[in-house]
This record gives sequence, C-alpha cells and structure tokens, in this order.
Amino acid sequence: MTTTSLPDMLSIQRFGPGNVNCGGCGMGIAMKLALETLGPDTILSIPACCAAVSVGAFPNSAVQVPVLLHAFETTGASIAGIRAALEVQGKTGTNVVGWAGDGGTYDIGLQALSGAAERNDDAIYVCYDNEAYMNTGVQRSSSTPVGAWTTTTPKGKPREHHKKDLIAILAGHRIPYLATASVAYPDDLQRKFGAAARTPGFRFVLVQSPCPTGWRSESKDSIRIARLGVTSGLFPLIEVFDGTEWVVSFAPSFAGLDEYLDLQGRFSTLTPEQRDNLRRSIERQWRELRARTTGEPWRHAHGEHPDDSGTD
Amino acid sequence: MRSETTTARTVEPGERKLLTGNHAVSYGAMLAGNANGGMVISAYPITPQTDIVKRLSDMVADGTLVRSRFIPVESEHSALAVILAASMAGARAFTATSSQGLLLMGELLWWAAGSRTPLVLANVNRAIAPGWSIWTDQQDSLSMRDTGWLQYYCADNQEVLDSVLLGFRIGEALRLPVMVVLDAFVLSHTSEELWIPSLEAVKRFLPPFRPELRLDPDDPRIFGGLTVPGLYPSFRRKIDRALARVPDVERRTEAEFAELFGRRYEPVVGYRTEDADVLLVASATVARTARVAIDALRDDGVRAGVIRIRRFRPFPAATLRAMLTGAPKLAVVDRNVSLGGEGIFATELKSALYGCDPRPAIHTFIAGLGGQDVTVDVLTEIVMQTLRSERPADDPQWIGVLPERSAAGVEERP
Repeated sequence: MTTTSLPDMLSIQRFGPGNVNCGGCGMGIAMKLALETLGPDTILSIPACCAAVSVGAFPNSAVQVPVLLHAFETTGASIAGIRAALEVQGKTGTNVVGWAGDGGTYDIGLQALSGAAERNDDAIYVCYDNEAYMNTGVQRSSSTPVGAWTTTTPKGKPREHHKKDLIAILAGHRIPYLATASVAYPDDLQRKFGAAARTPGFRFVLVQSPCPTGWRSESKDSIRIARLGVTSGLFPLIEVFDGTEWVVSFAPSFAGLDEYLDLQGRFSTLTPEQRDNLRRSIERQWRELRARTTGEPWRHAHGEHPDDSGTD
Repeated sequence: MRSETTTARTVEPGERKLLTGNHAVSYGAMLAGNANGGMVISAYPITPQTDIVKRLSDMVADGTLVRSRFIPVESEHSALAVILAASMAGARAFTATSSQGLLLMGELLWWAAGSRTPLVLANVNRAIAPGWSIWTDQQDSLSMRDTGWLQYYCADNQEVLDSVLLGFRIGEALRLPVMVVLDAFVLSHTSEELWIPSLEAVKRFLPPFRPELRLDPDDPRIFGGLTVPGLYPSFRRKIDRALARVPDVERRTEAEFAELFGRRYEPVVGYRTEDADVLLVASATVARTARVAIDALRDDGVRAGVIRIRRFRPFPAATLRAMLTGAPKLAVVDRNVSLGGEGIFATELKSALYGCDPRPAIHTFIAGLGGQDVTVDVLTEIVMQTLRSERPADDPQWIGVLPERSAAGVEERP
C-alpha cells in the first residue's frame, strides 16, 4: 500500500473545490480518498443522493473523472451497463464504480444491487452510509440505527427493530470482495479501495459516513465520531472474501460508545436502558463476527491510531 | 406499410425465411449489432416478448451476434437502466419488453429521452392488468406517449425487422430513443415469410454508433447533472426540436432504405382512398385487416378506404392534414382508450385536423381491447355505421362490450 502525505493528498484534485458538500461530510472525504486510490481511469455512476448534488450543478463538475448521474434505484444496473459497453468496445482496465447512499443501496436500489452482485458483474459498488435519507432532509432508511432520531422516526417514536444487515446480505451473494471502511482510518480505506480495484468481479465497499446535518453533530467532530464508531465496536472494519473468508481489519477496544452517542444530537433521547441494549447488540455482533472468523488471524489496519490498541 | 410497388433498384434481397414477429425483432437487432461490431442487450422475461430475447441470448452465446453482451437482469427497470448506461458509455444497445414491463420501465423511458440515448426497444403490445391479460392492445405503449420516444406501429413481420434497422439509423441520427411496436400474438407468435438482409447491405445502411459525447476517462464529462430552472426549458425544447426533425430525417432514411432493400415505408399509408365516402383510420395489424374489409366493401360498391398511421410519435399531423383536409367521414378505430376520455389516436387526430377547412367528421370507435379480435366483420360494421350516421356520436362507440346488468342484477338483452 502506498501512503500519501496530507499535502500530496490535497494536491490531487479528482474531487476538488467547488463541491457543495456540507462541512464535515464523511462522503466527501471518502470520495477524495477513493478517487485518489482508484486513479484517473475510473467512471463513476451516481444515483439520486447527496453526491449527485454535491458534485456540482450542470455544467460544472467537481469530479475529474467521467460521471453518469442516474435514477435512484439503478446503481447496480448502471455499472453493469457501463462495464458491458466498455467490453464490447474492447476497452479494459477502467474502474467502473457505483457511488450511492444508504437509501439508494439498502432500500430502493437493493434489487439492482443484488442483481449485479449475483451476476458477479465486474464493477465496484460503494455505499457511503450516513444511516438515513439525508439529501431529502433526514428520513429513516433501513440503515437507520435503533434509537436514532430522524424526521420519520420522531422523538417518542424511534426505530425499534434492528437496522438491515447489508454485509450479511452481500456475503450471501458470495461476491469476491466485500469490505467496510471508515474515513477515520484513511490508510485502511485506501488499502481496501486498492484491493477492490485489483479484484475482478463484483466488489462492494461500505463506508461509514458521518453527516453533521442529519446526525446533529459538529462538523469538526466528524472524524472523531467515525473513529469512536470503530473503537466502540459499533462499526466493525472487516473484509470478506468470496462471502466466506471473514477477516477483521482492526480489533476495537470497545471503548467510546457513550462519547460516540453524546456527540450526536440524533441520539439525545436514548434512555440508559436503550444504551445498555446497544452495548449488548455490539457484544452480539462481535460474537457473531468471531464465529465467522474462527481460525483466521486478525489483520490490523495500517496506521492504527495510538489510542486504538486492541484488547482482544 | 409498404407501398404496393417496390423500387426497381433492389440491391440486396438477402435470405428468405419464415419467422415470427418476435424472431423478426431478434434478427433485426442481431444485424444492427453485427453492423456495429457488437452491442449490449439487457432484458427481463415477459410474455409475449420473451422469444425475442431468448433468441438474442442464443445469438450472443453462439457468436452469431459478435462481441456482444447479453445481461439477464432482475427487472425491466434494470434492463432499461443497463442499456441506458451502456449507451452513455458508447455502445449500441437494445431491449424488448411488453405491458407491465414497459410500465415498470416508465421512469427510465423519460430518462432515456432526456439523456438523448438512441436506444431501440421492441414493445410487444399487450393489455394491462387487471384483469390479467396476455393478449394484445395498445395501452402499454400509448401510455408512454409523452416520454420523447419515437413510436412505430408495425403491420407485418417484414416491417418489424426493417423497423429495428430504421429505428437505430433514425434514432442515432437524432440522438432519440425509438420504440418498435408489434401486436401480441397476431404478429409476435405468427410466422410470415420475410427477407433477412445480408450483413453487408445492413452495414451500408447503418453506420457504427460512435457518439462524440460519452463516458470516457480520457475526456471526463458529467452527464445528467442538476439543472437549474434557467436551463431546464432549453433542454426540453432541444428534445422537442429533435423530434420535429424526425419527418425530414425519416423521409431521407426511408428513401435510402428503399434503394438498398426495395421496401419503402412511410409514416402514414393510404389504401384505396380515392373518391372515398369514408376512411377507416387504424394502426398496426387492425389496419391490415381493414384492407381486406375495404376490398370487399369496394366490391359491393361502397366507397371506403384505409388510412394507416405507422408513426405515432412524433404524430404525423402535417401529413394527415395534407391527406385528410376535405375528406368526408373518418372512422377511427382505437385499440386503446384514455379512460375517462376517448381513444388516443382519435384525440391526436382531432387535434391534428382542428384547423382543417373543410374538416372531416370524425367518428370514433374503441375495439379490440385485451386481445378481442378485430375482424373483417367488425370493421365492415364500423364503416357501415359511420356511413349511416348523420354526425358523430358524442362519445366513442365501444365494440364487443357485454350488456350491462340492470339495477336488479338481471342481464339486459341488447
């Protein structure tokens, strides 16, 4: 893996100034990091989502690779179509990348995503997961966590059932490469985009994407929140090969859940009992993960933060 | 419909084969793909379309269709999304569907015209559920009237094959998507002898699709971006202007097609219209049946003729005005209905002829919904009823409808 210094990173303007993301948007950081790794021979397909707006209104683009903006539920199908077109024209080597939010992935785009995954179409699907429909003003998606406020899970009526386990669904499709990544761990994120780019077939990367607007948090805290999401064990950083070989990228300390929640206004109504339930669900999540990774050595992310020494 | 005489300079008759309408589509798409050096096809099964893509799937697998991709997707919506994206990335692309499948594609039909992708879609006309029906009527494609697609309604299987080739040529010239429409079963599952042109001749007619603007990492551009109110009307107007150019481009293209293949197509075709007291206006295979009815009526001394509307969108208003100004009575047969309104061809025709002076009386009929046969007898009765009527009824006349039950629940006898 190549590590790029911050000044170098800023000098690569594949996703540059002029984008209209909110300050502290995790997706914007993820796109910058991803495009840096994927390089100029990349085509993006973006459905209705924040990214479709933030890349710029016609005729401007903040992205220095070709972009197809497409209907909400079509990401999986559109990347299949772009790849097929390149193949019939004899063009090889291009990264064909879908870039969708959680609404366009977990919900309305799940069918087309499943189709592309089960055909093992040669493309990379990226879901930046900010856990609600943020572009339309914070409505619940099937990725919204238990207890979180949104405009359609108002105070007093929080989500009660678990969020959808998209990783398990995709692992069930036995795709060659599946990973989760965090903007708080840019080296790990870029390593995973590099691995995705080198793997033929259908690849999926889920990036947890802090959203100050919808999470009711400070822009300056986005990276901190993302980091706490990982250290607390809430958002495991993993890779899954062929849907069967599960590898944990980073062993969390299971510390920082309260701070993660306290930094976000969307969790302001959580009761102590709900926090305990959340802790138990994290424990259960890791019991399941450990069972899946039995016999496999855990890999540790490069560039581990000094505070994040694992305890397992 | 072809004119009765073919041009004398037929260059390339090709190979004579017995094919269903569905397989005529498959061969047309295969030739268009091979002329391009490959294409992208994506589809989802639906009766009565499925034979089209089954055959194309075989053709891709066995190499009859060279260097092409067939992507079997999980819905019609994805089928159109796949070929739309493929077209944006520079590929010639094709799909086929029917009925509910076309409705499911609805969102992306708009998207295709809006992004100026010259796709060709074969739609096998099938009624819409409920009641669940697999039989023919025109409700599916006509409910997509306003989406910016060209629509051609075919009357025979040769025309089906030829319209696929014409569709790619005209669509790519204007960067507009084209729908080739054929009746369920009446054409889709009925075999007719037809000519399959040679690839060499098709290559002379249909140049490769090489769009200047496409998804290309060497020339990065963004497509489909947020469009502010100051720009949006201009984009819509550009699509509409492109549609306005169809008649001119089509005329030249059809002339070239006739030179090469000896078959001439026109947006509106008249049959025995001279001195007619009544003209039966119809589309698709109903217009073909109408010729048989009119021949018999002429034999009996009734002066009747047929106007077949082959191109529905853009609607050939100017052509129809030129043909029908001063005509006596028109009997419009619609195999569709705008519920709460009238037949859709009737509405379009009335709109087109509004400014004519003198304007023909327009009698309107709804017939053949859900695959009910529109027979020679039915069409003969429509002509005779129109001749008998002093003026058109206020509402369209529905053919083949069972008697309504009385308030007491007892069926009233007609």
